Amino acid sequence: MADDVLFEFLHMEMVSHVYKEQASRDDIDKDRITCVSILEGMGFRVGQGLIERCTKDYPTFKDDLDVMKFLCKDFWTSIFRKQVDNLRTNHQGTYVLQDNKFALLTQVSSGKQHLEEAPKYLAYSCGLIRGALSNLGLESVVTAEVSLMPSCKFQVVIQKS
Amino acid sequence: MEICKVFFHLSVSVILSPLQNYPLYIRSVPSQSELKFHYTVHTSLDVVEEKISTAGKAMAEQRELYLGLLYPTEDYKVYGYVTNSKVKFVIVVDSSNTSLRDNEIRSMFRKLHNSFTDVMCNPFYNPGDPIQSRAMFTMVSGLKSDKCGWLV
Repeated sequence: MADDVLFEFLHMEMVSHVYKEQASRDDIDKDRITCVSILEGMGFRVGQGLIERCTKDYPTFKDDLDVMKFLCKDFWTSIFRKQVDNLRTNHQGTYVLQDNKFALLTQVSSGKQHLEEAPKYLAYSCGLIRGALSNLGLESVVTAEVSLMPSCKFQVVIQKS
Repeated sequence: MEICKVFFHLSVSVILSPLQNYPLYIRSVPSQSELKFHYTVHTSLDVVEEKISTAGKAMAEQRELYLGLLYPTEDYKVYGYVTNSKVKFVIVVDSSNTSLRDNEIRSMFRKLHNSFTDVMCNPFYNPGDPIQSRAMFTMVSGLKSDKCGWLV
């Protein structure tokens, strides 16, 4: 019954817990940056394990674009029960994933209210994407932006080594 | 890539890491002549790399994770398998044990992959560390005893 939202509740509590912990310490200036990197780190490790499970029975990927498509369809569906709505690329290693109704933001607001709080709720998902890509052999930098909730865009830049 | 090597008396299994190709896990059934197996597996890595890179050019077909027989030497046969996360598995089997069919090797790799996925999802495991999971150890021992069962 409430199965669909279990993770969303957990995620909300996770975010507020991390911020509460940091607030109880002395160094206020570094708060925002540390919290975001803690959440991102959590997402990273989870992404690594998840992608291992998701790709277990999948044939090998042909190229980067194939990997990103898999991320947008199967991976996103298994976590957020829907696919990414739009994938754009410049074919030079930069990809933008747009989700018009991002599951972790739908309960926050559906407009411009609480816009400044939105990044907190996207850090974990950025880590998730980065962890998944890292285990597939692609080092990347993932950032997210929101202009109108609950729609958000994740920008993935693949690092060429 | 991390290589996890598991050596059995009849066969050796190896799991290799994605980036640096160091062994994540090595087991051999009778622990003698491990060094020789290490060497065999390292040389087989070249064949694995070659198979992965040539497969990349054949865009039309679906590629499987199972790589098949890498190369037979006079004593051993080496089989390879690579996951989507670029972790390589290698099994070295004694050539005298001819009763092992392709299907069995495939199922061994399946089990190895499943165990590896479980290890990966373990929150106490840091990716890149040597694998010390007891569940993996038990599974690998099971594989070995399966093969022993076929020995006539």
